[in-house]
Amino acid sequence: MNRRNTLAFSLTATLLLAAGTAQAGNTLNAVKERGYVKCGVSDGLPGFSYADAKGNYSGIDADVCRAIAAAVFGDATKLKFTPLTAKERLTALQSGEIDVLSRNTTWTSSRDSAQGLNFTGVTYYDGQGFLVNKKLGVKGAKELDGATVCVQAGTTTELNLSDYFRANKMKFTPISYDKSDESAKSLEAGRCDVLTSDQSQLYAQRIKLAKPDDYVVLPEVISKEPLGPVVRHGDDEWFDIVRWTLFAMVNAEEMGITSKNVDEMKKSTNPDIKRMLGVEGDKGKDFGLANDWMAVVIKQVGNYGEVFERTVGKGSDLKIARGQNALWTQGGLQYAPPVR
Amino acid sequence: MSATHVPHPDLPPPSSTIGALGWLRRNLFSSPLNVALTVLAVYLLAISLPPMLRWALFDATWSGDSREACTANSGACWIFIKVHFGQFMYGFYPEAQRWRVDAVVLLLIIGAAPLFISSVSNPLKVRLGLGLLLLYPLLAFMLLHGGLFGLTPVDTRQWGGLLLTLVIAGVGMTAALPLGVLLALGRRSKMPAIQTLCVTFIEFWRGVPLITVLFMSSVMLPLFLPTGMNFDKLLRALIGVTLFQAAYMAEVVRGGLQAIPKGQVEAAAALGLGYWKTMALIVLPQALKLVIPGIVNTFIALFKDTSLVLIIGLFDLMNIVHSATTNPAWLGFSTEGYVFAAAVYWLFCFSMSHYSQSLEKRLHTGHKR
Repeated sequence: MNRRNTLAFSLTATLLLAAGTAQAGNTLNAVKERGYVKCGVSDGLPGFSYADAKGNYSGIDADVCRAIAAAVFGDATKLKFTPLTAKERLTALQSGEIDVLSRNTTWTSSRDSAQGLNFTGVTYYDGQGFLVNKKLGVKGAKELDGATVCVQAGTTTELNLSDYFRANKMKFTPISYDKSDESAKSLEAGRCDVLTSDQSQLYAQRIKLAKPDDYVVLPEVISKEPLGPVVRHGDDEWFDIVRWTLFAMVNAEEMGITSKNVDEMKKSTNPDIKRMLGVEGDKGKDFGLANDWMAVVIKQVGNYGEVFERTVGKGSDLKIARGQNALWTQGGLQYAPPVR
Repeated sequence: MSATHVPHPDLPPPSSTIGALGWLRRNLFSSPLNVALTVLAVYLLAISLPPMLRWALFDATWSGDSREACTANSGACWIFIKVHFGQFMYGFYPEAQRWRVDAVVLLLIIGAAPLFISSVSNPLKVRLGLGLLLLYPLLAFMLLHGGLFGLTPVDTRQWGGLLLTLVIAGVGMTAALPLGVLLALGRRSKMPAIQTLCVTFIEFWRGVPLITVLFMSSVMLPLFLPTGMNFDKLLRALIGVTLFQAAYMAEVVRGGLQAIPKGQVEAAAALGLGYWKTMALIVLPQALKLVIPGIVNTFIALFKDTSLVLIIGLFDLMNIVHSATTNPAWLGFSTEGYVFAAAVYWLFCFSMSHYSQSLEKRLHTGHKR
């Protein structure tokens, strides 16, 4: 999401090489010994990870952390959140300050390779989109020729924007703002026709407007921003646990297992469900965890759909539609390999 | 018969030079330029004050506890501040434990109050001051962090708001001043090793921006430490801030040292005083008094610079206000939040500068012209 920091990252990466990347070691044992998971989250992005007045974190990224704690300890509260800025997040992970980073971080090739990190999956498929006033009568991004576009300065959003308009041979006038608040205000004042940013942010900005219903997020997505949890290179066991925590939640939604019916579902005759909930076989033990850890995750945190709707979807202020984040069976991209 | 000359009683001064009218004439309308400036100032106040007052006072919402209560009025929504007040003061410090923060503040007030009372004898003040400087921080840390005497431990990552701002500013000030004095003395030392060391230290820390120091402390430092060895982020920031401010303090103090005539040192030597006694009894008391404005200036700058810790994800007053303005349940009240933060910063900085002025007056020994 915030991609301003390429320079800082590459510098960090260089230093890392000098300092020796090898973070090999048994993260799982360290976590168990310590008694809690150290999870890096954002310093405040409603819907993803946001601390309320009492310091309780909510959001889809925070819930992924909870799910990991539930997987390891059978208790979703055995974790500590570390709020991190965009600049610090990768170093914090590399240096072992946190065990897993779940902080709206885009999965890119350089982070997966040079930075010594592993993305375990995608919790949220984001992408750059457009927010327009309904009065404009625009139905799609292709009709935006000649538009004045508000954009946040210094992000790759600007680059994606000009690439998109050039590729489609359209003209536009960009107006850059430093803060998202300013750009939202200027859309409201009519200084620009369109506001562009990652779609999840557009929804967040829309609810800040005086009349949110007058504005609409266009269906086009012009860049890929898959956001997901990240772990360090060199500990495959831990990688598997983090990766399959998310997969378990997605699989649970696909099989119709929710936090409410998970206990009944254990009586199901469906072998897939029985395997997953640890009633049959010992698939859970293969991870070095309790055999029924997936059931615990679902019971304490919920399946992917439940978490999505609660944090960013219908049950939240953001009201983001499932879109690309729907299950693959419903035309979305969320797909998890089978438990067997 | 001689007549004594009785002077005619003085006429009262012309009515245009006394009273409110006289004051106005003297101060606001003494020349055409001043007349123009006065008119302009009155005009600017007339167009800016009423809307400001309307927003902040008359049309503002004061009572209620939900966002809906604010929709009726067009002015400021102070409920936003009311609802988030605890958070702004204590950050994410657990509510049940907040009495500990209050206790720490209360202790400081009780402990420091005698220092401001003139009837308390000086030796007692010195002892009290030393106690505050050496014992109080330990006590405050134990209370705030807990973990001892059955107090629930509160991780430093839960500290926030004004508490964190005060912790950073307080530690930075109390640690930077002595360190700065030592550095200043070191820089003027005749021993080449010490002098080089101090000059290098000062020039290095003055040559880098604070934001870089904080960034290095939180992002780069962990990479150089062995794996698994992480020390507290707040501690790292505190060390960075202290070293940074010490370098500035050293230069301020050095200015004072240079203003002390050489005769003072020579007189001290003639009395048979050694280096440390000369410094502690003769030079520093005079030098520090001279640079009070500079020291307080550095303190005020430090107090405001604490807001930079937001780039390393610490929730000081500024960052916690910012974070509250993004609360989905309370969107659109950023102005109220920032006005509140500004007021708090102003209150502290103004008190500091006020105190420094009274200190200057008290220590005034006739140097001033």
